[in-house]
Amino acid sequence: MGTADVEAVWRIESARIVAALTRFTGDFGLAEDAAQEAVAEALVSWPLASPANPAGWLMATARRRAIDAIRRRTALQDRYTLLAADLAVDSAVDEEIDRDKIDDDVLALMFVSCHPMLSPEARVALTLRVVGGLSSEEIARAFLVPVPTVQARITRGKKTIAAAGVPFELPPAAERRERLGGVLSVLYVIFTEGSTATSGDRLLRPDVAYEAIRLARTLAALQPDEPEVHGLLALCELTAARFPARTGPDGSPVLLDEQDRRRWDFSAIRRGLAALAKASARGLGPYGLQAAIAATHASAPSVEATDWDRIVVLYEALGRVAPSPVVELNRAVAVAMASGPAQALAIVDELIASDRLPGSHLIPTVRGELLARLGRRSEARAELELAARLCANQRERSVLLRKAATLS
Amino acid sequence: MPKYLLIMRDTDESNAAMMANIDEMMATTRQFIEEMVKAGVLLAAEGLDDPGQGVVVDFSGEAPVVTDGPYGETKELFGGFFLLDVASKQEAVEWAKRVPAAPGSKIEVRRVPGSDEVPQVDE
Repeated sequence: MGTADVEAVWRIESARIVAALTRFTGDFGLAEDAAQEAVAEALVSWPLASPANPAGWLMATARRRAIDAIRRRTALQDRYTLLAADLAVDSAVDEEIDRDKIDDDVLALMFVSCHPMLSPEARVALTLRVVGGLSSEEIARAFLVPVPTVQARITRGKKTIAAAGVPFELPPAAERRERLGGVLSVLYVIFTEGSTATSGDRLLRPDVAYEAIRLARTLAALQPDEPEVHGLLALCELTAARFPARTGPDGSPVLLDEQDRRRWDFSAIRRGLAALAKASARGLGPYGLQAAIAATHASAPSVEATDWDRIVVLYEALGRVAPSPVVELNRAVAVAMASGPAQALAIVDELIASDRLPGSHLIPTVRGELLARLGRRSEARAELELAARLCANQRERSVLLRKAATLS
Repeated sequence: MPKYLLIMRDTDESNAAMMANIDEMMATTRQFIEEMVKAGVLLAAEGLDDPGQGVVVDFSGEAPVVTDGPYGETKELFGGFFLLDVASKQEAVEWAKRVPAAPGSKIEVRRVPGSDEVPQVDE
């Protein structure tokens, strides 16, 4: 067995092993360390001799490392605690993993990894590493940061959890919805990093988006009665469905109105629509509404044949449940398509007047487009050039500059 | 991300073993499917009916010829599939090893190429 085989087993087992060990030891950080030690050992020993039951091997080894750690720790503290902890770990880990309990434990693991006490970066790193089973190297590649940065985020995150004494359990009913919202936003941050890379020379990183979709599927399976989980999954599937058409052969972005819709991934669209149907059980939330907008695009044969009035209505609803300047800006784009650029420009100018999206390239991008459609070419060019200066993604920047140049 | 099709290739021997233990096979298969759903990797899964109920449409002549199953000398028959959305070929193989398959059957692991790999024909 090679490295890739070990990683494959780890991906499947990671969440369950860390969840089970955290349940038994009561210590998330210790459980994660022990699990990582087990993987490190597997990377050394499996290429020499493959175990008959790799998953069981990982679990047993991680468990032994956890017991070692508890022994070391209690030896420094208290002999009585040693005995108690040893007994608890030994008897508990020996139990056959209970399928219903392990589901709750994996869910609890997601809640701990996305705990509001952690920095946003630590939430992302812990979720990908612990629940997703990615290595620090893979996470570093996904977010274009150095490996030590990822490791530091994970270490700090685990310390924060330990220092705050965060219990390993599902959040109480009163907090559950809000905490679930926190988990969803972590998954969405991961997804958007893949669907519109905030930096670097590539617009799309489907492998990063895939991790978010996979985690969202897991969450949907574990929390089937939460409409917004299905809403997020639908949004991700429907957005990812357009990936094959979103970049040209040279990697440059292709905007919605120029995309070859035959290249959209129709099985992803079907999955997205199925998830959206589950999301609309009790009225759509913010993710469900965004998914409904994506679904309206997905089911339109062309930009012209798109139901823009419906999209405007959906953005209005989204603006009510989750007000944000970006939603307002998107509403302006939809209004431009439904009722013309003049009305849309008024919305954008209002956004600028209230200075709610300072320093973003999005406002001058949209404003430049609208001005161009209104025939105000030199103003349009100035806006697009401003947008290019503000934009951090090189691919998007060159599209903006190309557009500005056509207005000369 | 890569999709893989796990194709069940059953034999008379594996079918007999499965039928002898059908309740247990159904239960473990359900459990296995649930596990893949919770891992976020399963896109589709189906099992096929008795090959004796199938027909073959043969295109070797000028017009397609339809014959009843089973299919002549073939020893291994397509009995069902799992379509997975996984991180790597190794992960697909790891899932394949966990399929509750009866002794004598085989699982073929085949990659589904992405739409960006299919040559584009422009009008």
